[in-house]
Amino acid sequence: MESVKSVGAVDGVGMERRDAVKAMVAATGLPILANTLAVQTPQTPGAPSQAAPAVHSGPRGTPTDPDLLHPKAPWPRKLSAHELATLAVLCDTIIPADAKSPAASTVGVPAYINEYVSAPYDGQMRDLVRVRGGLAWLNTESTERFGRPFSRLTRDERTRVCDDICYLPNAKPEFHAAARFFDLVRDLTATGFYTTEAGMRDLQYLGNVALPRFDGPPPEVLRHLGLA
Amino acid sequence: MFLRNPKAQTTYDVIVVGSGAGGGMAAYQLAVAGLKVLVLEAGRTYDPVRETPMFKLPREAPLRGGGTRDKPFGFYDATVDGGWNVPGEPYTTAPGSSFSWWRARMLGGRTNHWGRISLRMGPYDFKPKTRDGLGADWPITYQDLAPYYDKTEMLVGVFGGSEDLENTPGSPPGVLMPAPAPRAPELLTKKACDPIGIPVIPSHLAIMTKRQDADTLPRKLHPGNRLAQRVLAESMRSRQACFWATPCGNGCSIKANFQSTTVLLPPALATGNCDIVPDAMVREVTVDPTGRATGVSYIDKLTRTDRHARARVVVLAASACETARLLLNSKSAMFPNGLSNASGLVGKYLMDTVGAGLSGQIPALENCPPHNQDGASGEHMYMPWWLYQDQLAGKLGFARGYHIEFGGGRGMPGPGIFGGLEAYTNGAYGKRYKEEARRFYGSFLYFDGRGEMIPNEDCYCELDPDVVDQWGIPVLRFHWKFSDHETRQAAHMVKTFSEIIGAMGGTVVGNKVETDGSKVIAAGGQIIHEVGTCRMGTDASTSVLNQWCQSWEVKNLFVTDGAPFVSNADKNPTLSILALAWRTSDRLVDELKKGNL
Repeated sequence: MESVKSVGAVDGVGMERRDAVKAMVAATGLPILANTLAVQTPQTPGAPSQAAPAVHSGPRGTPTDPDLLHPKAPWPRKLSAHELATLAVLCDTIIPADAKSPAASTVGVPAYINEYVSAPYDGQMRDLVRVRGGLAWLNTESTERFGRPFSRLTRDERTRVCDDICYLPNAKPEFHAAARFFDLVRDLTATGFYTTEAGMRDLQYLGNVALPRFDGPPPEVLRHLGLA
Repeated sequence: MFLRNPKAQTTYDVIVVGSGAGGGMAAYQLAVAGLKVLVLEAGRTYDPVRETPMFKLPREAPLRGGGTRDKPFGFYDATVDGGWNVPGEPYTTAPGSSFSWWRARMLGGRTNHWGRISLRMGPYDFKPKTRDGLGADWPITYQDLAPYYDKTEMLVGVFGGSEDLENTPGSPPGVLMPAPAPRAPELLTKKACDPIGIPVIPSHLAIMTKRQDADTLPRKLHPGNRLAQRVLAESMRSRQACFWATPCGNGCSIKANFQSTTVLLPPALATGNCDIVPDAMVREVTVDPTGRATGVSYIDKLTRTDRHARARVVVLAASACETARLLLNSKSAMFPNGLSNASGLVGKYLMDTVGAGLSGQIPALENCPPHNQDGASGEHMYMPWWLYQDQLAGKLGFARGYHIEFGGGRGMPGPGIFGGLEAYTNGAYGKRYKEEARRFYGSFLYFDGRGEMIPNEDCYCELDPDVVDQWGIPVLRFHWKFSDHETRQAAHMVKTFSEIIGAMGGTVVGNKVETDGSKVIAAGGQIIHEVGTCRMGTDASTSVLNQWCQSWEVKNLFVTDGAPFVSNADKNPTLSILALAWRTSDRLVDELKKGNL
């Protein structure tokens, strides 16, 4: 484990991960296939050599057996450029830049939502309708109230629209469908944002690093919880 | 060695059907005993060292790694061609029954992704009928299996504490690896549970917290067997201790946890006595005119051709339901109801684990100072069942117990993080949302009950006469019905969880605690602990297998998966499958040596 100990420093998840992977590769033996062939009983002279086995190995690249080391979301994206522009403004209304982290649209959240609602699964296909319908409603509502589409509203105008739809239990009946749309986009924006390096740093998630030992919570945590 | 097809002239001592916990253990034990073993696996080869997505982030995966019908436990989950639905391999359910059947079509089966929870069954668990009159007793006792629990824990590497509680056996000194330090939410939960009398003790997980002692363990586990000692020492030296990152459910390329593919199959292959044929879907055990098993017929999935392999002994370890299906499909003039089924009990007394859960929001965990809570995958602490005496006295209204698995806190942000946060923030968005997210991150905990189900006449699988899979093999039809013992237990679970959450000063997510257990109990199969279907016993008329997991009718046929289970204690079954498979393998070797097979 010595090689793993050397990667204990905390300095950004991506860097950590690459170092740890290197350490891991160095620490482990050969893959199971090579390993097992290598440790076969020694060949007697003249016996046929152990050729590579005639079996398929590794992922087949199907939806139920994808290549986990080279992930792909292969389906075509469905939202239009116009829809994505409206969506980006909404995402940034939900997660704007502040002193600790950037706005949602700057770390690829609209692209993630497009990937999500375009996916060929029942739940996502239902959500596509809700997101599309919600984006259309948002522009219709904005135009009716302020004469401009959502993306061209002032911050105050956007707030007035969003306040009406930001929480279903408080929303008037005529805003219920829009409130469900808003809630869906808020959840998707949170998933998209907090799974990025910027989002994980915002929450101060400090894991996914190889450690030589696990010590449990530090003293300041025990004090915070009244366990010290 | 991996083979597409075994050479026709090769004769094997034993064919093992399946390569998961039961098949992997049998293959290893039989191969180190010097027998020639052929393992047939219905899925593809799979190599955790090369294929495990260690340290990969949700952001890199489709849908941020979230579950889909293709990958129900998430993109990175170590399940190939599996889940509740396997492409081209359907099953059916009888009207009014709800049952889901999880399978994995890969070398090592479900051991690649399992939860690693490794709890011993206790003395009560082997004699449940004697204790409360329900279900059936095992033909063996805790003392019969205890030496195999010891050896299995040392072989695979299990961490745990030194507690030895009522029907929750500890392990002898030196058997387990040290348990990791509890996480902050676990300490807080223990503080709340102590005054209400719920024990919170270290988990037992098949994860190595230190490297195995390759110099002494092999001699201890295989005295006098130089081959076994050599291959096991080599295997142990290739395994690393846990480095406290990246989920076990994705597999482990450093072999720190137990997977058949990292722990059992490599040393089995290293003996030179074991061949593995992947993509081999076994459809029938063949017999000769005297009723002895002669081998198996299987479909080579890659060529869609029918093949046959011969051996002196057949071991079935295809999973409880798949093994039952195989026996039921092995019909002949001599065995018109399927093989080893004179009792009519193959497929009967199918059990899963009772499951129900509840989540809580704990204000004390808000704004927690940042620190790394990853630890080992899964809980470092758990609650064993603690009400044995109240239950025996009839005070609870249900007959069997459950343990509690719990977790949460500052895990890696993944899909669905902060779903439902609007209820705690009055619909926050904008800068306030980000502040609320920082505040609430890590303050949600979940509690899951995992309880014993009593076998009943209404839960079984049989062949569906109308449906075959894409290999032409008749499929299973499931029948399922929980009794009041299970639904009342589920109601007790959520009531207990709400009390724990309350004792922590928290609130139940959703603010509702359901009192009707039938509304919170997980559907049959959802906990993926299906066992039973070929139960062992002392009488051939009331069981399928004898106390050695050997068929009453076909002497050279054994079963080493979850099918022989007579009951399904709350303890997760994998450790018991492994220990029982080792015991069965020892018997098989002895009987072969004596010429009895």
